[in-house]
Formats: sequence, structure tokens, C-alpha cells
Amino acid sequence: MRVLQYLSQWKSKAKDGIQQSLRIAKFLCLLHVTNNYIVSPVMVYGPSMLPTLNLTGDVLLVEHLSPLLGKVVPGDVVLVKSPDNPRKTVTKRILGMEGDSVTFLTDPSRSDRYRTLKVPKGHVWIQGDNIYASKDSRQLGPIPCGLILGKVLYRVWPPEGLGSL
Amino acid sequence: MGTVNFLWNLTKNYITFGLIGLTVSDRYASIVPVGGISMSPTFNPHDDSSKRSLTRDFVVVEKLCLEKYKFSLGDVVVFSSPTNHKEKNIKRITALPGDLVSTPHYDAVVIPEGHCWVEGDNQAWSLDSRSFGPIPLGLVRGRVTHIVWPPHRVGKVERMTPKSLTHF
Repeated sequence: MRVLQYLSQWKSKAKDGIQQSLRIAKFLCLLHVTNNYIVSPVMVYGPSMLPTLNLTGDVLLVEHLSPLLGKVVPGDVVLVKSPDNPRKTVTKRILGMEGDSVTFLTDPSRSDRYRTLKVPKGHVWIQGDNIYASKDSRQLGPIPCGLILGKVLYRVWPPEGLGSL
Repeated sequence: MGTVNFLWNLTKNYITFGLIGLTVSDRYASIVPVGGISMSPTFNPHDDSSKRSLTRDFVVVEKLCLEKYKFSLGDVVVFSSPTNHKEKNIKRITALPGDLVSTPHYDAVVIPEGHCWVEGDNQAWSLDSRSFGPIPLGLVRGRVTHIVWPPHRVGKVERMTPKSLTHF
């Protein structure tokens, strides 16, 4: 009799456990989908986007739907997978879409030489706001649209810089 | 009241299923059909335009390799096309950063850091790095591991390097 009682007790406990872990798994899935397809907070730092973004680190709200639908326009600040290291992401501003011709200073700290070229199909031209300390399309060339991860919507930290960009 | 409840439960189930499916296919693995003959004879060896949907190969694409972006020579990968990011292509990696590649159009290119050189197994019918150059590894969306359909072709996808290519 007692064995049976233990058994039923154990059974209900196991059922509870499974239900609980299933709930957690569902929650994690929801988190993954919102993070990858809707919005996610991202911490960025570095000198390349001064004065728009701070040197020491900003928390940004990044939206992932418009790059998926191809609705990014010149002037947008975007999060991009770095072409020379896929594990790194960088924040830059889009300056030209496919078919646009862009003119840029090749080495602004040393000379006034500039070049003009046409952005090829399926690519965008990205540049940091701080042209003196940014590794961007001027060195790496136009980048494929597939590398764009998201469009920056708002800055949420630091509090005095709160607002859209 | 009963119908509303039933419908609500149904939608809830669909949404949950969708969320779980999307997460698994993003993070772990997914099954996709292979279109075109650019990877023949590895995939779609006898592609007939008349019965394409029946003879198409379905393959397993694993996504765990995207954590580290470590690939080996000869891996078959899925990547979004550099000219149209909505389009996915399947090709084989034939050179990694630092390697030298020589082709009829480009003469001897060194693959830059974070890029790779992809080519189809069917060299005559493939639009690949020979026309658009090395692609950033960030475009890679997964590694093809197995063929799961049609039944007589089920098996592992071997890692190999085509001999027609000249490496230095």
C-alpha cells in the first residue's frame, strides 16, 4: 500500500517538474524570438560614433524588423556584423544604398583627397560619425545588406541622453 | 463561451508551437529544401525541371557553428547572398582567411580576415565567389550536415575539397 502511495506522490511531483520546466522553456523561446525579431537592448561603446554615441558606453534599443523587410534608409544608425570578424558587432550610420554614388575622404587626418564610387547591388555604404576614428566602408568597402542586424531606435542609457537618435 | 475558449486555446497552441519552432531552427538546426543544380552531384544530382519538387533534396542545417564561426575547408554552408540578402544560397567553402585563390577572372586573391571563398560543386552552373568575390563569414547562416530526403539519398554530407581548384 505504502509503495503505491509513494509512487503516486512521486508521479505528481514529476508531473509538476515537467510542467515547470516546460513553462521556463516556453519563456526562453519567447525571449529568443523577441530578442532576434522585434527589439533588443544592446550595449555599445567606442569612439567611432562620437558625438552621436558616447565613448564610454550607451545602451540602445535596437529594432530587428526593418532590416528583415529591407526598410532601412540612408541616415539610419544600424547595428552591423563586422565584416572582418563575424563575432563582433559595430554601430555605424548608413550613408548610401545600392545604386547611390558616395563621395568620401580617403584619409581625413592627413589629406583632402576624396574618392567617389557607386554602391553595388545588395550592398550599403556605412560610416561612423567620427570620421577620424572609425573603421568602416572607407576601408572595408560597401557591405552586404545581410550583415545588418538591426536599426537603432532609442537610447535608454545614460538617462540624460534618453530619446531617439 | 465554449467556442471562444476553444479558439483561444487553439491560437495559444499555435503561437507556442511557432515560438518553439523558430527558436530551435534559429539556434540548433533546421531542415531546408535545396533548389537548383549548382551543388550537383552532392545535392540534386538528376535535376529535371519537369518534376523538380519531387526530386528536390532536403538537408539538415545545423546552427551551432554560428556561436564561434569556426569553419573548415570543404564545409557546405548556407549563406544569404551578398547581392540579395533575402535569398539563401548553399555552397562549399573552398578557401579560408589567409589562403590564396586563383581563378580565371580574379588573378590570385588573398582571402581577407573574416571572409571565405565559396564555390558550387557544379562549377559550370554556379554563381559563387568566382563572380562576386570572397564573402564575409557574417553572412553564413548554417552548416549543412545531412541529407534527409529523398529516402534513397539519406546520408551524411562529406567534407571535401574539389581538386579542380588550384591552391598554393
